[in-house]
Amino acid sequence: MAEAHDRPPEQFTLKLRRYDPESGDAPYWDEHTVELEPHRSVLEAILQARDRFDGSIGIRCSCRQAICGSCGVRVNGEPSLACHTHLDAAKAGAENGVIEIEPMGNMPVIKDLIVDMDAVHWKKIQRVTPWLLAKQPVPEREYLVSKESMVDVTQTMACIQCGACVSDCLAMEVDPGFIGPAALAKAYRFVGDPRDDEQFERLNDLAQDPQGIFDCTHCFKCVQACPKDVNPMGQIMRLRRIATSDQHIVDQNNGERHEAAIVGLIRNYGLLHEAELIPRSYGGNSWFAKFTPAAGKELLSSLPVIVRGVLRGKLNPKIAIFGHKIPSADLKAVQAIYDKIESRPERYELNLYIVGEDEEPAPVAAAVGVGPGGEAADASTSTEGSDEQ
Amino acid sequence: MTGDGIAMAYRAGAPLMDMEMVQYHPTCLVETGILITEGARGEGAHLLNANGERFMEKSAPNKMELASRDVVSRAEQIEINEGRGVGPNKAGIFLDVTVVPRKRTLEALREIVNLGRDFAGVDITREPIMIRPGQHYIMGGVKTDVDGRTPIEGLYAAGEVACVSVHGGNRLGANSLLDTLIFGRRSGEHAAARAASMGMPSVDANAALREDAARIDAIVARPRDGRRVSEIKTELGETMNRHAAVFRDEEGLHSALETIGRLREEADRAWIDDRGTVFNQDVLGAIELGYMVDCAEATVVAALERKESRGAQFRTDYPERNDAEWLKHIDITRGADGAPEVGYSPVTITQWQPEERKY
Repeated sequence: MAEAHDRPPEQFTLKLRRYDPESGDAPYWDEHTVELEPHRSVLEAILQARDRFDGSIGIRCSCRQAICGSCGVRVNGEPSLACHTHLDAAKAGAENGVIEIEPMGNMPVIKDLIVDMDAVHWKKIQRVTPWLLAKQPVPEREYLVSKESMVDVTQTMACIQCGACVSDCLAMEVDPGFIGPAALAKAYRFVGDPRDDEQFERLNDLAQDPQGIFDCTHCFKCVQACPKDVNPMGQIMRLRRIATSDQHIVDQNNGERHEAAIVGLIRNYGLLHEAELIPRSYGGNSWFAKFTPAAGKELLSSLPVIVRGVLRGKLNPKIAIFGHKIPSADLKAVQAIYDKIESRPERYELNLYIVGEDEEPAPVAAAVGVGPGGEAADASTSTEGSDEQ
Repeated sequence: MTGDGIAMAYRAGAPLMDMEMVQYHPTCLVETGILITEGARGEGAHLLNANGERFMEKSAPNKMELASRDVVSRAEQIEINEGRGVGPNKAGIFLDVTVVPRKRTLEALREIVNLGRDFAGVDITREPIMIRPGQHYIMGGVKTDVDGRTPIEGLYAAGEVACVSVHGGNRLGANSLLDTLIFGRRSGEHAAARAASMGMPSVDANAALREDAARIDAIVARPRDGRRVSEIKTELGETMNRHAAVFRDEEGLHSALETIGRLREEADRAWIDDRGTVFNQDVLGAIELGYMVDCAEATVVAALERKESRGAQFRTDYPERNDAEWLKHIDITRGADGAPEVGYSPVTITQWQPEERKY
């Protein structure tokens, strides 16, 4: 995984997105060519440009080693820490070899590469009560927790508040009020802490909030953006599982019923039965749900979307109404997976962050465990299951 | 680090204490100075020179790599100075973590596994990584009592800014938490109680603001005939690394003091690009440079004054510890003409008699 660090300096051209709030002018591009070894960071390149050519280039930074979270920017359109992005990699990913650096998204730009973290990120962090509400009485000395509990929250504790996930959260782009990936990952830090006294209250709050845990659309952007492998979306899914399966919170956003509907439909049909989804999400998990007033109202209001879907060929009316038919052997295989998972006394939670690498992982386990995010749910059974149980 | 707090208190007339006691951490990446945690040696990692020798045998045969930071840093610097360093300019030492079981390294030292991979291109579980001593912490700072009070009425200091002198001349790992958790709390409580017991002082806040605004305007208006802030900053850092680092001597410290004097004049005229009033980091850099010069000067003056070796201070021209003459603090106060004035204060000795550390 390590790369050579002994190559001589090379020239790199940076294209910086500049903005001067006092000029009255629109943002503009500013190019500088710097000379550095290819393994040096994009941040070092920006600082060299600032030191040598233009001291007015604005960028926040402090530690230069990916632990302070100050230098979040977009490099070639992707959110990252400038100090954590090597110049050669950035150049390889750039159009015409010119490295494009822009401020992060979803937050107002104050100047050049500096965004207003207070207005968005920190406000959202405050929203989730980011401190321990300890069970009483608090012990006189150390408050010990089990190793399992510690491992469980360690991944969210790796967050350095850089805002990269906030920058590219698609749900937040549509709904700026969404609490968002960083703050919800922070919420899990305390929901998962056995010393905290208000797990139910925290979860109920985040489930009932229309811009809470059920506002996430599983796009994986935050998982990809995070430079510290915090996997914010995974933490949001954990919050949902605990809220619904463990605390049985039925929320006003129909998040819990929607999830139950999807789980139930796939068990029955092997694939999602689209026409049944809305009725069951709003009217309860049964075929008769479509006759309830709540489902009828929702179906009616969704009609324009349904019609557009049909007209654009995204929805096949026949399949949508009658459901997908899959061979009965396949359906049985799907249901066997359900039976196996549901028969377990405890739910396995994936934490590749800690259990990611064994001494020398067996080829099969490695293939599953190191796969892209989408395979993650399966990996819990093979890698973590064997190690942690 | 730019020493803003220390310099601001110094300019307000508060004495600085133990400024010569600058801690060098033994394991920083050669190229960037990024810290590799002491935990690596705690887990059993070895330090090797170019000949593959565990050179700590020579200076600390009992403690080896676990000797205190000053001892390990000096041992490394000797290997480098005597040509047994590793890497392109023989300016590094090998830290060999491969002797620690790989699984243990991945569990207990994950952060430095990542640092090695991302900032040195090395998988520390498979090969040694090149390190060197690097400036890490300053035991000195604004002289305070145990409640954070400085000799200036109403001015408190806490954290690395302060020198309560609990670390003596050589802080041990993790003990900087005392500065923040213990003395931070004590200072805060004491300052709050004091504030509650007195009336609102009559201060012309607008005058202070006007003064600062004028200072900033003057920086922004400087003509472009001097040097850039970044150039001066780099030269200051190089000077301190060369003459006021792990090993010091009279000649080097004198030369550093001369350079600092010139840099101070240049810093006062250093020009900047940014003329704006929003997030002007350029003007901030110019102000910080002035603070850095103050701190550097106080450190060099104190290091020159202490003609012995103790704690983090090692004088090659005075290699022995000398309790008869130097079991005392050096205080640096800013004189009326702006030049540093040297004074002394006694060492408070409580339960433990100070004695020479031997391995």
